Amino acid sequence: MPDTSTRELTFAQAVREALAEEMRLDARVCILGEDVAEAGTPFKVLSGLVEEFGTDRVLDTPISEAGFTGIAVGAAMTGLRPVVDIMFGDFLTLTMDQMVNQAAKIHYMSGGKWRVPMVLRTTLGASRRSAAQHSQSLHAWLSHVPGLKVVIPSTPYDAKGLLKTAIRDENPVVFFEDKMMHHKLKGPVPTGEYTIPFGVADVKRVGTDITLVATSSMVQVALGAADMLAEVGISAEVVDPRTMWPLDEKTLIESAKKTSRAIVIDEGYGRYGVTAELASVISEGAFYHLDGPVIRMGAMHVPIPFSPPLEDLTVPTEKTLFAAAQKLCSKS
Amino acid sequence: MTTLSELPVNTITTKDLWMHAHRQMVRIRLFEEQVNELYTRALMPGLAHLYVGEEAIAVGICEALDKEDYVTSTHRGHGHCLAKGASPDLMFAELLGKEAGYCRGKGGSMHIADPATGNLGANAIVGGSMGIATGAAFSAKHLKNGRVAACFFGEGALGQGLFYEELNLAQLWKLPVIYVCENNLYNEYTHYSETTAGDICARATAFGVKAETVDGQDLRAVYTTAKQLIDRARAGEGPAFLMCNTYRYTGHHVGDINREYYRSKQEEQEWKSTRDPIKLHVEWLIRENLADAATCDAVEAEVREEMKAAVEFAIAASYPGPEEVEKHVYA
Ligand SMILES: Cc1ncc(C[n+]2csc(CCOP(=O)(O)OP(=O)(O)O)c2C)c(N)n1
Repeated sequence: MPDTSTRELTFAQAVREALAEEMRLDARVCILGEDVAEAGTPFKVLSGLVEEFGTDRVLDTPISEAGFTGIAVGAAMTGLRPVVDIMFGDFLTLTMDQMVNQAAKIHYMSGGKWRVPMVLRTTLGASRRSAAQHSQSLHAWLSHVPGLKVVIPSTPYDAKGLLKTAIRDENPVVFFEDKMMHHKLKGPVPTGEYTIPFGVADVKRVGTDITLVATSSMVQVALGAADMLAEVGISAEVVDPRTMWPLDEKTLIESAKKTSRAIVIDEGYGRYGVTAELASVISEGAFYHLDGPVIRMGAMHVPIPFSPPLEDLTVPTEKTLFAAAQKLCSKS
Repeated sequence: MTTLSELPVNTITTKDLWMHAHRQMVRIRLFEEQVNELYTRALMPGLAHLYVGEEAIAVGICEALDKEDYVTSTHRGHGHCLAKGASPDLMFAELLGKEAGYCRGKGGSMHIADPATGNLGANAIVGGSMGIATGAAFSAKHLKNGRVAACFFGEGALGQGLFYEELNLAQLWKLPVIYVCENNLYNEYTHYSETTAGDICARATAFGVKAETVDGQDLRAVYTTAKQLIDRARAGEGPAFLMCNTYRYTGHHVGDINREYYRSKQEEQEWKSTRDPIKLHVEWLIRENLADAATCDAVEAEVREEMKAAVEFAIAASYPGPEEVEKHVYA
């Protein structure tokens, strides 16, 4: 009998469990990053791993994002399965040559001869009063690049199942975790083994009047807005793509066809962001079923400000999403 | 700097080694002759960066490496690929964008890669492969497979910050990697003295990394020094930096014809006539009675035939079909 029991884990516990399980299964998996070992990262996501796996497999690096990301690329090509930890997603900028010109291209440029099975875990999300260099959600940047897979889970269940898939994948995978969810968000996680395939969206709530396509932290926002909408008699469906690439276009389009209205909501900048891509997929695939334009909601096109009342203005909230959804539903 | 005359006689290992090294240098030179030809006949798309003049470095290093050891290369990478054991026919096919090429025609001159010879790939980002080479050394250490990685780069790459991050990491973790700097004096069209402050080797020694300088025109000096550094790395004693002073005979790329604004014809002529690595090695082979002029001429004739056949193979090979364009984006 498969073990079907579940227990409540935080997002961070789910991530840690995925890593621990994969490291037990596969001696090639190792972790590289700043303060990942005894400190278990500043967010304490990796606590306990070095005690079990030792400093040969959980390695504290210098503050050298390009340097250790590059090492992971070469190590992945030559027989290891490194998992790189980039503390804040903002520091992805320092890894760009290694990720964009190297990791993403090597399989193609070598005509399929070399593979780069590595995972880069990093964070996204504002709302921590961390200001402009510690609050960005840059997943659109990496989703733009062919050769990279991009994962953006919204629940502990998804985080664990998708991270296990990421570690087993033969390609470079970038894995985004909302830093606000790490310890605040809890959810049921099966006790037994499971993985979640890439490219399969999850309908987090079934509805009939409007589709809210939401990613990462915005899934909770969408679920909250859906509760508010229910009170005014609007039934919202919440769809989480879970992976930016590969992208499950079919589920998004089917949902929009069913509800005939769609809002796409994401914590990255709205301009040229993933919302533009998702909205375009829906518009192209469901145009004749739609009662209005697909609405995009993302972070304002400003560096994230420090001052709390200002920061709160920059990212979509339950309230702003509720208002936008109500307006879209009343228009048509 | 170690010079020819300073080398102890016992560094002459075997006749076979020195003859093989000679043949490898000739193969690189004649390969490049054909590249020049293909490019000027407009058969080769893209850019061609010739390695002529620098052959002793690739050959000296790769002769000191084992087949399983890794190399990373640069935009000027044909010599490194050949020296590590690549086959000229598949290389020419790659240069022409043919499906039979090393990368199915998707990589081209600046991206030749070949797992069979430990070639992790040439790299068109100056300094871009320093992480990859260091990572290969990281996995060699982790998997305890005894391999070493050699990272080739031009002195232009000394400007890239990644280099210093990798030196720091490699020394901290005692990784078996040799950073081979080919100082051919010019970063594209700019003399390195205009771009490179201070002492080059001090960059490595500041991290505690062992550094050596050799005459890059002197095959035996490169080989012997490389051998010591590679043995040392393999024994777990950590990374090394090897500075090889050299010169590229031709332009930055084949189209770089008028070079007077950045270097003189006289300078080029001096290097070619007095510092040619193949000439110097042949003179030594003859002096030491390891070969006579006729043997060396015969090697050249054989290699010329090999290259001619390889080019014919590549020209006759077919281009990849349109279905190839979306293959290998993901593994
Ligand atoms: C990061 C980066 N910047 C600029 C270039 C353009 N570029 C190609 S080769 C080159 C000069 C390289 O000089 P060096 O490293 O000394 O190598 P050499 O060509 O002398 O072998 C430049 C600037 C590049 N390919 N990559």
